[in-house]
Amino acid sequence: MTYITKPKLHHPKLPVNALGFTHRDYEGSVSTLCAGCGHDSISAAIIQACFEIDLPPHRLAKLSGIGCSSKTPTYFLGQSHGFNTVHGRMPSVLTGANLANRDLIYMGVSGDGDSASIGLGQFAHCIRRGVNMVYIVENNGVYGLTKGQFSATADKGSKSKKGVANPDSPMDLVSLALIAGASFVGRSFSGDKRQLVELIKAAIGHQGSAFLDVISPCIAFNNHAGSTKSFDYVREHNEAANALEFLEGRQEITIDHDPGTTVNVTQHDGSVLRLRKLAEDHDPTDRTSVMNFIQRHNARGEIVTGLLYVEPDSEDLHHRLGVTKRPLNSLSDAELCPGSGALQKINEGLR
Amino acid sequence: MSAGTETLEQRPAPDKRKSGGGHSGDAAGMPPTDISNPAYFHKVVDCQWACPAHTPVPEYIRLIAAGRYTEAYMVNWKSNVLPGILGRTCDRPCEPACRRGRVEEEPVAICRLKRVAADNKSDISALLPPKPAKKNGKRIALIGAGPAALTVVRDLAPLGYELVVYDADKKGGGMIRSQIPRFRLPEEVIDEEVGYILDRGFVETRFGTRIDSMKQLLSENYDAVFVGSGAPRGRDLELPGRKEAAKNIHIGIDWLSNVSFEHIDKIGKRVIVLGGGNTAMDCCRTSRRLGGDDVKVIVRSGFDEMKASPWEKEDAMHEGIPIFNFLVPKEFTHKNGKLTGVTFEKVVAKQDDKGRRQLVPSGEPDQHFECDDVLIAVGQENAFPWIERDCGIEFDKWNMPKVNETTFQSTNPKVFFGGDAAFGPKNIIWAVAHGHDAAVSIDKFCNGEDVSKRPPPMTNLVSQKMGIHEWSYDNDISNELRHKVPMRDQKIALKDIRAEVELGFDQKLGYAETQRCLNCDVQTVFSAPLCIECDACMDICPVDCISFTPNAPEPDLRQMLSAPADNLTQDLYVSVPLKTSRVLVKDEDVCLHCGLCAERCPTGAWDMQKFLLEITHATEARCSRA
Ligand SMILES: Cc1cc2nc3c(=O)[nH]c(=O)nc-3n(C[C@H](O)[C@H](O)[C@H](O)COP(=O)(O)OP(=O)(O)OC[C@H]3O[C@@H](n4cnc5c(N)ncnc54)[C@H](O)[C@@H]3O)c2cc1C
Ligand SMILES: Cc1ncc(C[n+]2csc(CCOP(=O)(O)OP(=O)(O)O)c2C)c(N)n1
Ligand code: SF4
Ligand code: SF4
Ligand code: SF4
Ligand SMILES: [Mg+2]
Repeated sequence: MTYITKPKLHHPKLPVNALGFTHRDYEGSVSTLCAGCGHDSISAAIIQACFEIDLPPHRLAKLSGIGCSSKTPTYFLGQSHGFNTVHGRMPSVLTGANLANRDLIYMGVSGDGDSASIGLGQFAHCIRRGVNMVYIVENNGVYGLTKGQFSATADKGSKSKKGVANPDSPMDLVSLALIAGASFVGRSFSGDKRQLVELIKAAIGHQGSAFLDVISPCIAFNNHAGSTKSFDYVREHNEAANALEFLEGRQEITIDHDPGTTVNVTQHDGSVLRLRKLAEDHDPTDRTSVMNFIQRHNARGEIVTGLLYVEPDSEDLHHRLGVTKRPLNSLSDAELCPGSGALQKINEGLR
Repeated sequence: MSAGTETLEQRPAPDKRKSGGGHSGDAAGMPPTDISNPAYFHKVVDCQWACPAHTPVPEYIRLIAAGRYTEAYMVNWKSNVLPGILGRTCDRPCEPACRRGRVEEEPVAICRLKRVAADNKSDISALLPPKPAKKNGKRIALIGAGPAALTVVRDLAPLGYELVVYDADKKGGGMIRSQIPRFRLPEEVIDEEVGYILDRGFVETRFGTRIDSMKQLLSENYDAVFVGSGAPRGRDLELPGRKEAAKNIHIGIDWLSNVSFEHIDKIGKRVIVLGGGNTAMDCCRTSRRLGGDDVKVIVRSGFDEMKASPWEKEDAMHEGIPIFNFLVPKEFTHKNGKLTGVTFEKVVAKQDDKGRRQLVPSGEPDQHFECDDVLIAVGQENAFPWIERDCGIEFDKWNMPKVNETTFQSTNPKVFFGGDAAFGPKNIIWAVAHGHDAAVSIDKFCNGEDVSKRPPPMTNLVSQKMGIHEWSYDNDISNELRHKVPMRDQKIALKDIRAEVELGFDQKLGYAETQRCLNCDVQTVFSAPLCIECDACMDICPVDCISFTPNAPEPDLRQMLSAPADNLTQDLYVSVPLKTSRVLVKDEDVCLHCGLCAERCPTGAWDMQKFLLEITHATEARCSRA
């Protein structure tokens, strides 16, 4: 790790956003991860995305599990809320927090071990319930923090640093999220910041469970020849399905010159996802065809990236449960605990 | 892994915006930077590049931080010859160039740190170059003992030259002694540093001797002559009343030298100083100490256009001296042969048809200021009445000698010029730089070598890596703003012309100021074959100066980076194409040299390497060849 604190001095011409912040105001502490770790690039992309959408840092709650990836919330948005849960249990803590205060923006940051191994059940159920959140898995195919054992997302045949091939089938979190009913699904690569930043912005604007699988090479244990999660391998096999441009609601939407290749998807909050089509066989609003699309390309050894699926009129957990529209901390004691008379009424209604 | 590159290039890039995009070998793109050219890294060290003598500034600042004052002094002594003097008086072209001034409000107090080294050093006599054992048989005459000539002496004495130094004044130092007031520069400092030079070998001083004829001097068979006679004539103002009131109207530089040499010790209560340069500032501050209670500076130009350095203006105003602008002197008023005041025409600045700024009458009534004395400080000129025009030294239409800008040789190959005498009035550090260059030429000339062939600088580039994240320089820079130099209580300062106003940084403040230096000589050196394009360096860089991008012609490239590179005086460091066919581009402009890029790089593609450049002076050039 780096011993010095990052100097406060910044480029004199840094742009400022609507809140008067530069992107440097969205930083956290200096990373303690290995130099060159893909996770750090993802943190940088989160910082850039939050800066670009003028997010007030105190409106964000970042939750994570255990792992190098789960350590990263310390390294971005130092002025926001955070909770580092136990291994694989981030989804339930996030769900609870979200139920208590629906006004915050929730970002779950996890690893492939944290979400696809120990936390697989939590992952699937949280997605299934439509919790309004951005769920990012920083996917390196190994347990980085415990020194590089294969995780459940490691491809069959991918080689460990010592040259041993992984015998098991991989868990594809993107496919799983689609099956579980995620209303926003994307995949990206830590080494492609432009694509990643737009995806994060769009996911934050999404109402419902937005899932991002971000391939993020583990520089220490999984960036060698023979690994399918190395910088070189991912760069060689990366197939972008589309190019996304995230347009905030207040931006003017211009008429497209080439309607055949571009679709605009308007989200709940008025933001527009402008998608320039790059793969012929991809329709981002048709869940079944997207699942087929992913399998087809998987079989060819390609890693498809981009905004893979989006359901513009999605509903989230609060809507489904019909609970109060206000955060619990803004309710009075009387509202929170209406007394035994009210309880009796409810009980009677159930007889 | 060339397969990867092929795959990328063979298939049409689906998304031009993603990291894999771009094409290699773009003919119109910028060529890779040649870091083996010493000028490249030298330019990154902004202060050293801007210093006319190319003093290795960050090197001495680190030595001060380490408490190694004597070594810090010697680094200076080698480059700029007069560190104690310059640490108090230098025009400091390095400071406006300092990178810190571009990332924060103010530059590092480079000049005043030099003084910290001088104030705290121990005995340096053992560190000075040894006196030559025997003469080398060549005799050189030097006219003037100002900083230019003293530098020539310093560089040539160790080589065994016999050096005969003439000066009309009784002591060495030139205008450093005769003009700069004692409250800015104590005489002991001049004595000490001039002493180190004149005591170096076969140096003969003929002080109190004015040269009246170059022809005569040339007939004395010197092997070479160096003219360092300065720009000794102060400009006058021929206005009505000038003659009648002459007793109370003084030429600034003549008056100042009379004060320095103690021929004058008082002035009237009400003083007007005409002029807006540094001489005017010294005149008004000196007047305040010799009985002037009501001292004004009155200038033709606007405040910002005044020639005086900002800090000189500040110091004057701090001593209760108002500055009046846009007033052009018209007439000296007098009564019974005694000066009564000065009348001024009011002007305003206007742009003429060609967009040039011009001062035009405002139409308002003239303004009269009463006073007892006037000091005229409206400029200095060269004067060479003692150089006969038929001794082989050609003069141009401005009556200036024709001098080669690199070799400082005149059209008489034996005669060299330097300092204010060469190209008009400048300052001490330029005089020193000229002296170094002239000394190299004189030495070559005396050895029958081609003076136009200049010795290259000595350079050294060494990795600072000590451990995984440990460097042999302190990369943790301070966030503090520039520290103010403590000043003497004004009541005492204004009473005694010899009381130095600035007290200098003490060791603690000096240390604090050193920590603001960005170590710009510790270079970021990039090795393209090692880079795996993980973006870690780009993400960590606190000033957004690293980018990975398709190559493009420079103007386009400058706009394609993480932050726009709008400072065209600062170079872009461009790599050869990387695996994805992009290039690494580093904008040198605001790099903090914090080493974080190298700390976050997993492959060691970045390294922090200290670049030391030392100008080769005559002494070293000759010794290394011997
Ligand atoms: C009032 C004032 C304040 C200044 N303050 C500063 C300052 O703070 N910082 C700074 O960097 N610069 C300052 N300068 C400028 C600086 O002093 C000069 O640029 C510098 O001294 C020039 O050095 P030089 O070696 O060319 O000659 P000079 O220092 O001018 O020395 C020339 C010497 O030659 C002698 N000489 C001339 N003709 C003859 C002759 N025919 N025979 C014998 N001897 C002769 C003169 O007596 C003089 O001693 C100041 C100048 C003035 C006028
Ligand atoms: C309950 C529990 N089981 C096991 C561990 C040990 N452990 C720590 S991190 C980790 C795997 C993390 O892998 P991943 O989520 O992929 O994170 P990465 O370090 O790769 O980013 C494991 C198994 C633990 N901390 N807690
Ligand atoms: S072990 Fe791997 S995942 Fe963990 S910090 Fe190092 S490079 Fe990143
Ligand atoms: S040393 Fe490296 S990280 Fe630090 S400012 Fe310069 S380029 Fe950026
Ligand atoms: S950190 Fe090193 S390997 Fe990574 S992009 Fe920068 S120079 Fe290349
Ligand atoms: Mg992992």
